Amino acid sequence: MNSTPPSLFLARSNLQLLIDRLAEQGFEVIGPTISQAAIVYDRISSVSDLPQGWTDRQAPGEYRLERRDDDQLFGYVVGPHSWKRYLFPPLTTLTTADLTTNGWQMRAADDNPPKYAFLGVRACELAAIRVQDKVFLEGAYVDPVYQRRRQNAFIVAVNCTQAASTCFCTSMETGPRCRSGFDLALTELFDGFEVEVGTPAGAELLRQLPTTSIAEQQLADAEQRRQQAVDQITRKLDTEGIRDLLLTRLNHPRWEEVGQRCLSCTNCTMVCPTCFCSSVEEVSDLEGQHSERERRWDSCFNLDFSYVSGGPVRRDIRSRYRQWLTHKLASWIDQFGSSGCVGCGRCITWCPVGIDITEEVAALRKEAP
Amino acid sequence: MSAKPKPKVGVFKFASCDGCQLSLLSAEDELLTIAGKIDIAYFLEATSRIDEGPYDIALVEGSITTPTDALRIRDIRQRSKFLITIGACATAGGIQALRNWADHDEFVRAVYARPEYIETLATSTPIAEHVPVDFELRGCPINRHQLVEVIVSLVAGRKPKTPSHSVCLDCKRRGTVCITVAQGIPCLGPVTQSGCGAICPSYDRGCYGCFGPAKQCNTGSLCQQLLADGTPAPELVQLLRNYNGYAPEFRQQSEQLETQA
Repeated sequence: MNSTPPSLFLARSNLQLLIDRLAEQGFEVIGPTISQAAIVYDRISSVSDLPQGWTDRQAPGEYRLERRDDDQLFGYVVGPHSWKRYLFPPLTTLTTADLTTNGWQMRAADDNPPKYAFLGVRACELAAIRVQDKVFLEGAYVDPVYQRRRQNAFIVAVNCTQAASTCFCTSMETGPRCRSGFDLALTELFDGFEVEVGTPAGAELLRQLPTTSIAEQQLADAEQRRQQAVDQITRKLDTEGIRDLLLTRLNHPRWEEVGQRCLSCTNCTMVCPTCFCSSVEEVSDLEGQHSERERRWDSCFNLDFSYVSGGPVRRDIRSRYRQWLTHKLASWIDQFGSSGCVGCGRCITWCPVGIDITEEVAALRKEAP
Repeated sequence: MSAKPKPKVGVFKFASCDGCQLSLLSAEDELLTIAGKIDIAYFLEATSRIDEGPYDIALVEGSITTPTDALRIRDIRQRSKFLITIGACATAGGIQALRNWADHDEFVRAVYARPEYIETLATSTPIAEHVPVDFELRGCPINRHQLVEVIVSLVAGRKPKTPSHSVCLDCKRRGTVCITVAQGIPCLGPVTQSGCGAICPSYDRGCYGCFGPAKQCNTGSLCQQLLADGTPAPELVQLLRNYNGYAPEFRQQSEQLETQA
């Protein structure tokens, strides 16, 4: 796409039309909304479902909703949920099997997911979806569950105009500017949005909305707001030579120290938008006539996750934290050609004891005393 | 296939509220199917039939709190092939294990008009402190789906599938936002074993550890964090000393907090 069409202006009063058009075209619109004292991603049908006038304050192990002094709709950063919940559901029935007079009859489970439209996808989240695309769609085996959801998804990205203390997307080169991977991308202005088009499908939808050309001053305003997010990012993760660094420091004493703090509770992996581990289990009925193969989100922090004949491979928390971090930042590169971290900061915020991946990497960089 | 005899099952009660045995009777959808697969030889809450065994499977509810019970569990163990404890009392001593940190005689004097009629031990202890236990089913009360799974797996001759991960994983699967991180509510979820389906946090209530300590739980680190975030030590002691307060990982931590306070 070399001929990127110029961006347009969508009045705030017309954002509802965007949601309506998507719904009319059969999309289930998922967007940010306030629930359980946080901004989560859930089904929305109206602009009034959006977290108008709310923001999030984040720190290691802490997240709080706070009022803004304006009525911005997208004036927050990222919350506890990610789009992974919709593309890679926490629980899926893969196959079913029935015992018949001709033996076991197996078949793929029925799976007719809705056509999703995601509203409010951040740059780091676009990067996370790209990472999971590689994992689920671009390897030797395609995951049909992910594929069915992903191929029909319509993505309306929203550029960040502020950052949380836990953000480090600039280190991971994933944001905060949305550059690709969206159908439409919005930047929220005082009275509307600068809308950029990413795909023909996005252009087609935008044609159905009452937009106007955008003034120079509005473009400058949008740029200034996006720059504000860049300027607010203070956290850094030095990625220079990180693969070799981590894989040659497997006996660094820092692993033991972080292993003393880590709860091995799985929160970081569950909130991570790229973590994709699952376990598959056969669930049979009492009579042993019907069985379903279920896939559930699982985590490398679970002792039983590495269970093989003879016992678990990673027997202590230290080794499980090390496995997670070295996979995320080092061996992921060998496996999928990019880092598994997009710098969204969720693992920092949602760790109950506030373990900070950037701090751990910095400590591992220092030679052991 | 019907040549295989049905396993003989006994259900036994010690110091407990009966809630865990009732879980079996509450398994209404599965009860008839289960009853067809096993021979219920001893289950006073369900039938007056008394078969002295030996039993293929003994389901044991409750903790040991009297000298008589301490002998009775040995007798049951001798007559049982598989002994499975069901619930927090049998597995960790139950809520009545709070007596283990208090003056037992004073309790007896305060509660009973004629204390001389009462013959109890000074402690409430889990079954595993008295006899070898083959499998422990956690929970207060136990999850009936897990109980059904245990029975069915034993009948089928396979290992029961009862997950040992933290409650946090279930919160995340069901989309519950972490109440500790988002609201500052103290919660034992990160150190508690799954089994309940993460009910309490979905009602903005901290987990109080019904299913006991998760495998390799890091209770010390969690408590340090909760202390630093402003939960007073006595409150944490109370949080840890619930239905599984006497489970080693929770016990050790609450005792340590008490000496700190």
